[in-house]
Amino acid sequence: MLRHIKNALFPFALVLAAFTGPFVLEPFDLVNLSAFSAMAIAALGLAFVWGTLGILNLGHSVFFGVGAYAYAITVSTFGDSTLAVLIGTMLPIVFSLVLGSCLFFSRLGDVYLGVITLCVTLIFYSFMTSTADPWFHIGPVPLGGFNGITAIPSLNVPGDPQAFLSTEATFSICLLALAGAYILLSLVRSSDAGRIMTAIRENELRSELLGYDIRFYKLLGFALSAAIAGFGGTLYTAVMGFVSPNVFDLPQASQFVLWVIAGGLGTFVGPVVASFAFQLLSCQLGANQVFNTELIFGATIVLFVLLAPQGLQPMIVRMANLKLTYRSGIFRRKEKPA
Amino acid sequence: MDQFVILCFAVVNSIALLALISLGLAVIFGMMRVINFAHGEFIMLGGYATVIANHAGVNLWLSMFVVSPMVVGLIGAVAERLIIRRLYGHLVTTMLATWGLSLFLIGAVTAIFGNTTLGVSAPLGNITIGAYSIGAYQLFLIAVTALLVVCSLLALHWTKYGLIARAAMQNAEMAATLGVDCDRVYATTFIIGAATSGLAGALLAPISGVLPHMGAAYVARAFVTVISGGGALITGFLSAATILGPVEALLSYFATPVVGQASLLLLAVIILRLFPTGVSSLWTGGR
Amino acid sequence: MSGFPILATRGLVKRFGGVAAVDGVDLVVDAGEIRCLIGPNGAGKSTLFKCLTHQHQPTSGHVLFEGRDLQGLPTHLIARRGIAIKNQIPSIYANLDVRENIRLATLRRKLTKRELDRAVDLVLAEIGFDNLLAERPAATLSHAHRQWCELGMLLASDPRLALLDEPTAGMTREEMLRTVDIIKRLNATATVIVVEHDLEFIARLAQKVTVLHRGKVLVEDSMERIEANETVRDIYLGRKKDAAYAEG
Repeated sequence: MLRHIKNALFPFALVLAAFTGPFVLEPFDLVNLSAFSAMAIAALGLAFVWGTLGILNLGHSVFFGVGAYAYAITVSTFGDSTLAVLIGTMLPIVFSLVLGSCLFFSRLGDVYLGVITLCVTLIFYSFMTSTADPWFHIGPVPLGGFNGITAIPSLNVPGDPQAFLSTEATFSICLLALAGAYILLSLVRSSDAGRIMTAIRENELRSELLGYDIRFYKLLGFALSAAIAGFGGTLYTAVMGFVSPNVFDLPQASQFVLWVIAGGLGTFVGPVVASFAFQLLSCQLGANQVFNTELIFGATIVLFVLLAPQGLQPMIVRMANLKLTYRSGIFRRKEKPA
Repeated sequence: MDQFVILCFAVVNSIALLALISLGLAVIFGMMRVINFAHGEFIMLGGYATVIANHAGVNLWLSMFVVSPMVVGLIGAVAERLIIRRLYGHLVTTMLATWGLSLFLIGAVTAIFGNTTLGVSAPLGNITIGAYSIGAYQLFLIAVTALLVVCSLLALHWTKYGLIARAAMQNAEMAATLGVDCDRVYATTFIIGAATSGLAGALLAPISGVLPHMGAAYVARAFVTVISGGGALITGFLSAATILGPVEALLSYFATPVVGQASLLLLAVIILRLFPTGVSSLWTGGR
Repeated sequence: MSGFPILATRGLVKRFGGVAAVDGVDLVVDAGEIRCLIGPNGAGKSTLFKCLTHQHQPTSGHVLFEGRDLQGLPTHLIARRGIAIKNQIPSIYANLDVRENIRLATLRRKLTKRELDRAVDLVLAEIGFDNLLAERPAATLSHAHRQWCELGMLLASDPRLALLDEPTAGMTREEMLRTVDIIKRLNATATVIVVEHDLEFIARLAQKVTVLHRGKVLVEDSMERIEANETVRDIYLGRKKDAAYAEG
């Protein structure tokens, strides 16, 4: 029971923020935080596929980017953002199934998989940057090469393309969506399918010998993470109003990985908190122009890998437990015999 | 006829380029099973070392063949000492750490030299074939690459260091019981790999110019080449380069460079689908 | 279904390069048996097991399970047909607790949530794990407990045929005896083939013993007659190797 309450605490905080934020924050902050939430949603996708299923997807940004571009093109063509969000979520699923069946059926190791997925996102990057020629267009929307697509309509009331949502409403939706993604992934993880995915991460051979179709579960988890990432991409594009090939580039791909490592692999709260923290940091740094973000991010990744390889959340939890154990003698005795 | 010669040249050039940018990575990955994500940045640093040294008045050939390998080898030594050595055996962790290193190096170079392209002019002039002309420097590049590959093959199979390195790579524990200092072998290997990458960057600088982000353009292709090559150290990535290079060259020529790169990746994915441990599993029996 | 032996191999061969680790094995096991598989190191016992579950693809020959050919089936589908295996190297979910390990083995059976919980509890009782032990991560267990945890997973998956590769390796005599009990429990619902070296263990369990030598079946008989068999003694002691080989 206590565990259920503890688990509900984080999404509850997000929901609370979704409704109180518009009354206390400036519009500028609201827009920023909406974008951060969209990014955090995508990061959750990676936290799931890597932390639960053990698939090291270094090119997670490719699904984010596909979702972002799909939203941009659909909403610019048809005007209705609901459809665009839907397509921006579905298209990455289709793409992940195609890519996943290539990857998982050849039983690539961790590292190979990471490298290949990273290559895929880099290929998308170089392709998108080479689409400056107006010949590259989908419907009436030119892909725009390095500049990407601009003046993308934001979210509107479903069915009424003229009724755009206010900054405040968009903020609430983004935070609620983040809470929703968190709850969805937590439920999946604790479901039977999720337990089997954890089992596959732990020991592929044993899972196979117990009769589980590893490739099926990997595809399933991969597609789910792609959908979440694509969904995050659609929201991000809706908030920012533009999309460029940078959604596919190396810094973008590395950000997702960084947040998940920093937050703690295998956890969900950690990556979300880390994503907000690092985005805030990079905002500040960007305003300062003193340090560039790559320098800081690179150093941070190295430090985390060397000093706190399990990430912040497990570290904080352990420290909190230690304190608790210290204070009460009952807990103290329980520590030893394991 | 002229077009045919040019095409052949493009194919050979593409194979040589793949081999050149993969050699340093292949040495480090093949010997140490370390995935060095900072490989592209080692190339980038090699390029910068040559350009900066040349602008400072050092002879171009001297900067290429001496300054760059030394500078990058030194950086490699520091990285090995501070990061890689602590993580041996943890494949994924090493990969993440070197990725962090790669971002750090990009950031550092951007902070110092700015986000602009620097360059040196390509030496050696042009050779004309009918209506076409090709840079003599590119021919020179092909020759140097071939020489490098031959040298590394010889070093690996005919020198004492090569023997020790192969022993450590086959079975580190066994080699250690025979008195081989594996830590030192690994450190040396990493430095040699880094220096080779630096040399590759130096050689490429006159053609492509140097930019903090240039590593990204090479690292994907280098990885794909090395990984689809598989376990056999030199022959593996060489054969992969021979398969992938022509495809990239021809499709780049007849379509666009982006199509060429995309098909290179696609082909690599297919190769790995057929031979999950790389093409060299055909003659090493897989591993 | 009845009328067929539960397992029959026809000329099963597995080559690694030029070496035939399994070299034309014809083995027939009837439903309900506990069959012991013995043979000196390198006789091909583990390889045979891995061929049966397609962890290795056989080079040639057939495996018939309940009369149906397993050819072309991937490992997980063979498991779903009802063949469970404990490899020589223990394979459990080290970072999950024992209950979760057992639960994962039970999930494939179509049970309601309550039946499933009951089945898990039952298995835990059968392998003799109390609640405290069941909550521990498998990695923290002793060697024998890990073996029992894996046997428990096999029990929980309710197989028709269980292949056990050296289940008592490294155990004390008491632990071995407890393992015998677990295997007898397994045999109540499943046919068991077990690779072992421990003679007391074999004597306590097996009705029939098959001796494997150089990838071939050498003899198949009761334990007493096997113990008396000159050829078997020779190959274990390494005498008259080639004579024994020719006879087999």
